[in-house]
Amino acid sequence: MNYHLNHLKELESESIFVIREVASQFENPVILFSGGKDSILLTYLAQKAFYPARIPCPLLHIDTGHNFSETLEFRDRLVDQLGVKLIVGSVQEAIDQGRATEEKGYNASRNILQTQVLLDSLEKGKYDAAMGGGRRDEEKARAKERFFSHRDEFGQWDPKNQRPELWNLFNSRKHIGEHFRVFPISNWTELDVWQYLLMEKVELPSLYFSHQRDCFVRDNVIYADSEFIRKRPEEKVERMQVRFRTIGDMTCTGAVASEADTLEEVVKEITVSRVTERGTRADDKRSETAMEDRKKQGYF
Amino acid sequence: MDAKASILLRYLFMNEVKYADMELLRFTTAGSVDDGKSTLIGRLLYDSKSILEDQYEAVRLSSERRGETEVNLALLTDGLKAEREQGITIDVAYRYFSTPKRKFIITDTPGHIQYTRNMVTGASTANVALILVDARQGVVEQTRRHSIIASLLQIPHMVVCVNKMDLVDYDEEVYENIRHDFENFASKLDVHDISFIPISALRGDNVVSRSANTNWYQGPTLMYYLENVHIASDHNFIDCRFPVQYVIRPNTDDYHDYRGYAGRVSGGIFRKGDRVMLLPSGFSSTIARIDTFDGEVEEAFPPMSATILLTNDIDISRGDMIVRENNIPPVTQDVEAMICWFNERPLQLNGKYTLRHTTQEMRCVVKDLRYKLDVNTLHRNLEDKEIKMNDIARIVLRTTKPIFADSYRKNRITGSLILIDEGTNETVGAGMII
Repeated sequence: MNYHLNHLKELESESIFVIREVASQFENPVILFSGGKDSILLTYLAQKAFYPARIPCPLLHIDTGHNFSETLEFRDRLVDQLGVKLIVGSVQEAIDQGRATEEKGYNASRNILQTQVLLDSLEKGKYDAAMGGGRRDEEKARAKERFFSHRDEFGQWDPKNQRPELWNLFNSRKHIGEHFRVFPISNWTELDVWQYLLMEKVELPSLYFSHQRDCFVRDNVIYADSEFIRKRPEEKVERMQVRFRTIGDMTCTGAVASEADTLEEVVKEITVSRVTERGTRADDKRSETAMEDRKKQGYF
Repeated sequence: MDAKASILLRYLFMNEVKYADMELLRFTTAGSVDDGKSTLIGRLLYDSKSILEDQYEAVRLSSERRGETEVNLALLTDGLKAEREQGITIDVAYRYFSTPKRKFIITDTPGHIQYTRNMVTGASTANVALILVDARQGVVEQTRRHSIIASLLQIPHMVVCVNKMDLVDYDEEVYENIRHDFENFASKLDVHDISFIPISALRGDNVVSRSANTNWYQGPTLMYYLENVHIASDHNFIDCRFPVQYVIRPNTDDYHDYRGYAGRVSGGIFRKGDRVMLLPSGFSSTIARIDTFDGEVEEAFPPMSATILLTNDIDISRGDMIVRENNIPPVTQDVEAMICWFNERPLQLNGKYTLRHTTQEMRCVVKDLRYKLDVNTLHRNLEDKEIKMNDIARIVLRTTKPIFADSYRKNRITGSLILIDEGTNETVGAGMII
């Protein structure tokens, strides 16, 4: 017998180790669930980590109120299957209560507003660790992220003063009021995620596969037409054959024209793609340091 | 579709066996400030076609804004705002690329003296240390420092890239002299596998493609080296070590009496039916089965995550270790270790710290300081007792409970520890058990 794990199995093993460390080292952890493939992968790995027991922590979804209905249906079905608790932090509720103010204009998005709702939800549930599906290959600020990422009492990330992280020894010590973000799939690339989802035949929301949809084009990005985006007069809605490479809320997630309607076809498409997945994300295009700035404030 | 994509597709869908064989290799890069480390990483990413159009476009625009005439590949590795402003790397950054043979994780660590702690961090999990030497400068203090750290951290393979060969007219003699100097110095190190490659990261010589400018060089390109260096034996497959990480007890009707010990194999091969010993209790038992979500497995080996079930009911919890009866690590409360210090507040002799080792956490006190190691010369300084940030020293610790202390040379996972300041909660030191 050949004693070696292929790269996907090794990544899987590493992630399971990190997830179990979280369950062991923290009192009240939570999994951040967005309905995107990365948080689906994270949840799937958590299921593996505790099998045959249930995942011992709830899922937390920050709902901007601008979600695709497919995402919400998928979320509810998954939670049901796993028998875990779902907690929803509502951006709409925060706006209604005056804790958040809606952006105005054509490019208005609730992306920034999620941060406050996330921090409020963590505080309310007294969660001391929030596991997320962030990956280091996504973005240059994320490339500097630790597995166990310390946040101060304001939920802020201090990238210049991070704890050294060596071997597989994770330091989860913190003062009262502080918390940790943990990124068990830090070392996965987009292609790793897709290869793994294919290998394991993991179920995904239909949004990831080619379908017909009413769309319009803005700044070379294809957006799904919805009541949540104000269109400029010259922006025309067209029926298009598309799929999504990442899933966020409808105002900042771009689609790609695609015929890929199976997981295998999707993996093929990504393998030959010459643009990164965040190339379709409006939230990253605001400035060169958009992600770094948001992360410091306490974003996912 | 370009050539690389079509090769990848072939591996993915038509050649299942090869695909399943794709390995993960982690390497760390070290060099001093201006020796072209970022350019080399940019070159590896770019020439392996791992840079996608939008990333390249962003870097092209950045280069233009800075008034540079060529696209500066080094900008591909820029991360934080302050780094771009100062043109330096502050923190460890992780980069990814793959070829049909291997997936690579680069821990890109800054070269400044004050950031030695980052290099130690990057080195702790690496299979390969990539040491960059500027062909015009030769082996300098930082080269020695980085090599000593790679050796202390027991990185199994070292590759010395003599960079900027274009600036010395691809002169074989320059390369041979540097190689000779390095070999002389390396004879004092604990490194068993060293290779040398003459390159120009800027021009791409011998990085991914063989250079016509160095006909005198017969060895592999850097990419060929990274794709082929033998890493299958980098784990310890001899000494069985399974630190218990988490106890799985479903308490459901289907799994009423299920009690599984979850963890990641740190050494050796565990098989169903093996007689095992439990530490610290010393009780014996037999492996009833080894579980994973995907079903029962016959064997578990590093670095697998698995769940071990035993034949008899013994009280085991997190921090305990499952080993083989005839191969037990030293169980002790007195630990000798080399420590790298990370904190502005110096190491306190007789100071108390929280210690983490495998899945255990406990307190310890620093009983003695044997010597401070000069990381430029390997000289042992017995007089200087002030261990400051970035210093390396040999110390003696007394722990509040026994630890299962393999030597770091034997096992990098069960031989390593970290120290945590009890006031600030910061990770202040990294230790390698002797």
